[in-house]
Amino acid sequence: MSDGWTQALHALGPMITGALLGTVPLALASFSLGLALALGVALMRLSRHRMLVAPARAYVSVIRGTPLLVQLFVVFYGLPAVGIVIPPWPSAILAFSLNVAGYTAETVRAAVAAVPRGQWDAAYMMGMSHTMTLRKVVLPQAARIAVPPLSNSFIALVKDTSLASLVLVTELFRRAQQIAAFTQDFMRLYVEAALVYWAVCLALSAGQSALERRLTRYAI
Amino acid sequence: MPSERLEPSTRRTPVLSVRGLRASIAGRSVLRGVDLTVNRSGVLAVIGPSGSGKTTLLRCLNGLHVADAGRITAGTGPDVHFDDAAGRRDAPRLRHRSAMVFQHHNLFPHMTAMQNVCVGPIAVQRRAADLVEQEARALLDRFGIGDRASSYPNELSGGQQQRVGLARALALRPDLLLVDEPTSALDPELVGDVLQLMSELAAEGWTMVVVTHELAFAADIADHIAFLHEGRVLEEGPPGAVLRSPEHDRTRQFVARLAH
Ligand SMILES: Nc1ncnc2c1ncn2[C@@H]1O[C@H](COP(=O)(O)OP(=O)(O)OP(=O)(O)O)[C@@H](O)[C@H]1O
Ligand SMILES: [Mg+2]
Repeated sequence: MSDGWTQALHALGPMITGALLGTVPLALASFSLGLALALGVALMRLSRHRMLVAPARAYVSVIRGTPLLVQLFVVFYGLPAVGIVIPPWPSAILAFSLNVAGYTAETVRAAVAAVPRGQWDAAYMMGMSHTMTLRKVVLPQAARIAVPPLSNSFIALVKDTSLASLVLVTELFRRAQQIAAFTQDFMRLYVEAALVYWAVCLALSAGQSALERRLTRYAI
Repeated sequence: MPSERLEPSTRRTPVLSVRGLRASIAGRSVLRGVDLTVNRSGVLAVIGPSGSGKTTLLRCLNGLHVADAGRITAGTGPDVHFDDAAGRRDAPRLRHRSAMVFQHHNLFPHMTAMQNVCVGPIAVQRRAADLVEQEARALLDRFGIGDRASSYPNELSGGQQQRVGLARALALRPDLLLVDEPTSALDPELVGDVLQLMSELAAEGWTMVVVTHELAFAADIADHIAFLHEGRVLEEGPPGAVLRSPEHDRTRQFVARLAH
């Protein structure tokens, strides 16, 4: 085996470690926080009070109208300039969750709006409050509707986390860059990094299909 | 179970009283001054052409639609007045007095039949879960769907879904049962069954308001029929009088058209 292939084989370990200890936890943490925020934003968008609707719309508009890389730089390089210093990991999680929230808020809003009016009627009929109706009746059905688009958002996020390498978070791609800088074998190592991303995304897609199959026992 | 509702001494007390009820949807006036009374264990059938406001009336009685003016007293609850904003905010109180069976059932698709029946009594009324489940099982058994208790609504036929809807309403132990067109979403061969079921409930003493197009059924179970036309009760009285010798031309036309 030539040196190049041996080096590539040796790089696989650090890259998989980078994926398991960097990429995946970063994506999971950002997605969970982002989704919680998205739920809040979606409920504000759906509310009847303009005081709540307007900021939620503005938020979604700003996030969707600006590049993720710029958002990441604002948090990591911009905030310290005004005296707010956040370490790489938290700042990456912050930027990614704010970004995820902007995109998935629309998914959640659409899913809540897609739950038929009659479901609210039936819940209210039995005396449920607005909050209980959301919790017990509407959100479980909205979740079912939102699983496919949210899974897609999550897979997109896993790939987007490679940008965190630019703010010094040691994840899969930063590992690849470090090794490539050392060996100078850019082609082989970056293709290898791409293949590891691909493998992670294939695994996630399989998980997505399994989840959807489990949720199809009842149809909406 | 409503056995205590059959006490002769309470039979004449009104369970529902509606006065001057007005309601509008999207700026259009739909109910234009409705007066109705239903006594304990009474069955009121509401008939009338499509768009006359029958569903809207039921929704107002349950507080799902907030009326613009008038008054509703349901069960042992306080009067709800709709003439001012403060009164209108009380509309949700009506929900504790009545339970509604929807034309399209509106079962919760992510819950089993059993969960559909139990969620109201347990989560809203905070009754003991084991007792509620016993009662729910008895209701489902009685409606012939005991073996489908753990099925989801999309695994049930239309007729079975309707029974779950009925069980769900009864499990709330309402003073008043509101039923919107129980036969309209069913295959014709199932109509007889549901009418039979409703007659049994009526005989048991449940107080009901039933919107229906089945005049024979209305004549059978109702002790009072109201003919709704363009948001007003044009004619009302015992079934014999309203269906066989209507006073108004409109009622006569309506009855004649449905008689075939
Ligand atoms: N969501 C809505 N938006 C606008 N108008 C509505 C809405 N729901 C009902 N209406 C109107 O209100 C009027 C009364 O409707 P309602 O559903 O109470 O009639 P109905 O007597 O139950 O008719 P049907 O026999 O067809 O069920 C109708 O003219 C209808 O067009
Ligand atoms: Mg109707």
